[in-house]
Amino acid sequence: MSEMQLAWQRFARDRVAFIALGVLGLLYALTLFADVIAPYALRDESRLHTYCPPTALHFFAADGSFSGPYVRGVAMHYDKYRRRSYDETRDIYPVKFFARGESYQFLGLMRMDRHLFTVDEPGRIYLLGADSRGRDIFSRVLHGARVSLTIGLLGVLISFGIGLLVGGIAGYFGGPVDNVLMRLCEMVMMVPGFYLLLALRAAVPDSLNSLQIYAAITIILSFIGWAGLARVIRGMCLSLKERDYVLAARTMGLGDMEIIVRHILPHTISYSLAAVTLAVPGYILGESALSLIGLGIQDPYASWGNMLSEAMSIVRLQFAPWILWPAFFIGITVMCFNLVGDAWRDAWDPLLKGRGEGA
Amino acid sequence: MILRIEGLCKTYPGGVKALDGVSLDIRAGENLGLVGESGCGKTTLARAIMGLVAPDKGTVIFHGHPGRREFCRQVRMVFQDPFSSLDPRYSVRAILNEALRLEPRMTTGEGLTRMRRVLDLVRMPRDILSRYPHEFSGGERQRLAIARALMTEPSLLILDEAVSSLDVLVQKDIVLMLEDLQQRLRMTYFFISHNLRVVRRLSRKIAVMTGGRIVEYADRDEVFNRPSHPYTRALIQAAFNYEVAP
Repeated sequence: MSEMQLAWQRFARDRVAFIALGVLGLLYALTLFADVIAPYALRDESRLHTYCPPTALHFFAADGSFSGPYVRGVAMHYDKYRRRSYDETRDIYPVKFFARGESYQFLGLMRMDRHLFTVDEPGRIYLLGADSRGRDIFSRVLHGARVSLTIGLLGVLISFGIGLLVGGIAGYFGGPVDNVLMRLCEMVMMVPGFYLLLALRAAVPDSLNSLQIYAAITIILSFIGWAGLARVIRGMCLSLKERDYVLAARTMGLGDMEIIVRHILPHTISYSLAAVTLAVPGYILGESALSLIGLGIQDPYASWGNMLSEAMSIVRLQFAPWILWPAFFIGITVMCFNLVGDAWRDAWDPLLKGRGEGA
Repeated sequence: MILRIEGLCKTYPGGVKALDGVSLDIRAGENLGLVGESGCGKTTLARAIMGLVAPDKGTVIFHGHPGRREFCRQVRMVFQDPFSSLDPRYSVRAILNEALRLEPRMTTGEGLTRMRRVLDLVRMPRDILSRYPHEFSGGERQRLAIARALMTEPSLLILDEAVSSLDVLVQKDIVLMLEDLQQRLRMTYFFISHNLRVVRRLSRKIAVMTGGRIVEYADRDEVFNRPSHPYTRALIQAAFNYEVAP
């Protein structure tokens, strides 16, 4: 059994972390199937349902008999303070499963128009309420997860690729190479992250489409994170390169880069995997922060961050607290990543101690 | 003559003179034993021969002046610590396979045959190819390290304290195995150790090193019967007789 499998066994024994990993898996699965699960498309809006509260699901008909899930229509009126208020009407709209709705490109492969659940127009189903333009927050949370969840992973992969390589090269070669690369790292680390984020964002033109903005933000985020990892990896490489198996590899005619990739970086994976997992939340929060202040993903595209920008007004929060739902999902995701990262690091630690491996 | 070392010097940053004008000849079939206390420069010498440490001065000349690749094939090294000389992330197959990159191109089948052969030679079962280093004891790992060194069918094997960290019974097994291997494969050993008994058993010639210098270099019996340098006398006395002469 390899070390990886042993560590995995120890990890699996940590119940909480295992559940957290499951939750993350579920979230990413939801992201993958967002089009199917979400009852409404990204741009779907209904101005008559501004800040409509979460729709109540009914299961029993008026006479008390079980009827299957249905929702009632709502009627909006203004109260004496000119605030919107919604009352249920007598109209009944049964929830339909796998019914036709707006068509979408399923996984980018084929056109489909079936949705997991939906109700007939003019009924609306708002599981988590509606936002200022009557858009379904549940649907938008799912669509937004595509941006918010993947931007973290992508950003982290890019920045850790850079970090591993720079750290590996600096640690292995040492001397002037090390000096130059480490000073470079310090220059990046010197600038406070969020301001660097803003400055880099300002350097990117505004007239981009959503995909370009997405790519730009990913690259900007990954530009910030690599330096810290590079420094730690470099420190580990300094000790790892003195190991006998590295020397043995050198006597077997392996090139420097080959040795770094085959015999040095794999030994830092224990640390890097934990560090990667613990870093993802930073990227998710970074994207959210950018989008929140309007520099990230722009309306009508959804991300958890830009959905929250509506929640910046205390008055709206007071009367429509459900617009905070994206914050709940950010919180859950960040917490799960932290739990998994912590547990993974712990799962490696006993192994590291037992073998005297540097970490 | 298969290896000639001429005037090797190496001073580490901080002023430690690890090698101070070391010259040695290793003849084919004439095992050379190198003894000396810890920190006298033995390991630095082995690493300088292998090109792992760049010497400040001096040369290492291998018979026939081969290129780096051929040198790496012909001269193989077994390291002191069997726990760190095998990369714990790779299976036995991957570890042995890595040595094959020095060889002319080989099919997977030929490589496998070679692996089975060296496993036989070091008396390890053939079915361990998919296992990992941490599943083996220290002695078994050292056998694997020797197996890896044998993969390229070398003519000179540098054993840097190769049995020092093993218990005496395992040590005996490995020493006997090395003797047997030498007869079968016609290799020459450059045996570095602080253990005089093992060195006496395996070597034809013995060099004694202290403070980065070779202070004695002669036939085995000569060194043991008529040591010329006081340091050699002290070493022999310490190893075979704890009583200090009055």
